[in-house]
Amino acid sequence: MSKVHSAVAHHFEDAEQQREAATLGMWAFLVTEVMFFGGVFGAYAVCHFLYPDAFAAASNKLNVVLGATNTAVLICSSLSMALAVRAAQTDKVKQIVPWLILTIVLGLVFFVIKYFEYMHKFHEHLFPGASFVFEGPHGAQAQLFFTLYFVMTGLHATHMVIGFGLMLWLIVRARKGHFSSAYNTPVEITGLYWHFVDIVWIFLFPLLYLIGRA
Amino acid sequence: MSHVVPQKIYLLVFATLLLMTLVTVDVAFYNFGWLNIYLALVIATFKATIVVMYFMHVKFSPRLTWLFAIAGIFWMIILMVLMLSDYMTR
Repeated sequence: MSKVHSAVAHHFEDAEQQREAATLGMWAFLVTEVMFFGGVFGAYAVCHFLYPDAFAAASNKLNVVLGATNTAVLICSSLSMALAVRAAQTDKVKQIVPWLILTIVLGLVFFVIKYFEYMHKFHEHLFPGASFVFEGPHGAQAQLFFTLYFVMTGLHATHMVIGFGLMLWLIVRARKGHFSSAYNTPVEITGLYWHFVDIVWIFLFPLLYLIGRA
Repeated sequence: MSHVVPQKIYLLVFATLLLMTLVTVDVAFYNFGWLNIYLALVIATFKATIVVMYFMHVKFSPRLTWLFAIAGIFWMIILMVLMLSDYMTR
């Protein structure tokens, strides 16, 4: 099987050109992802501009320590993903699977923390809808903040679940010996995807957790 | 052959990202008025840039990859600037 995968398709000059084309295709997809998240970030920008006080008050309901911890957890998972790609590039094929497993485990740690955060918000009646309760003058606008909070973190989490699926697929293929310095494009472009998801969180964290703290 | 980034650089980027996370949390608790959110965005953009350059290998990639990455930023700027130029000038 690995011979088939390392073969150069007839419309490419060589393996290097094929690899660059695959990477570029992934980048084209990531640009569409930037636009996809751009929509919600745009909605956030407009709402934050219109209701700065309500957003500051609502943001203070989030737990900075948990948010910062999750940021650190995702940065760790990005590092282990980068090291999985590097293991494939440098023919340390036995290290690919452990690094991928560590990346998934760190992603799951992120989910556990997120689960407790979500549960806490449900208990505090901060999930938008009929049972939403927010003391003070900014009730309706605060609900807007929490709508954006759940939509943005929910879309981000959905992307992480897709990332888990991709990494499980990589683990199966790595175990079959498909990847080496000669051919590792799937590991490389899954890495690009995972780092992109990390970047989304890098922007979500300050915008959701850190406004109006001073 | 794709460019292999030295492990030391990955660890340096990793440490910088963790440090910048602490910095952005710390800065958020000082009152700079309307500047706070822009400071947070500048730090986040810096973190995103080193992720793109090193973890995503753009620094060592062909010009065409640079063009695609910059296109993403450029279209994001169009989206934000045109939309906010409406809301901010009403």
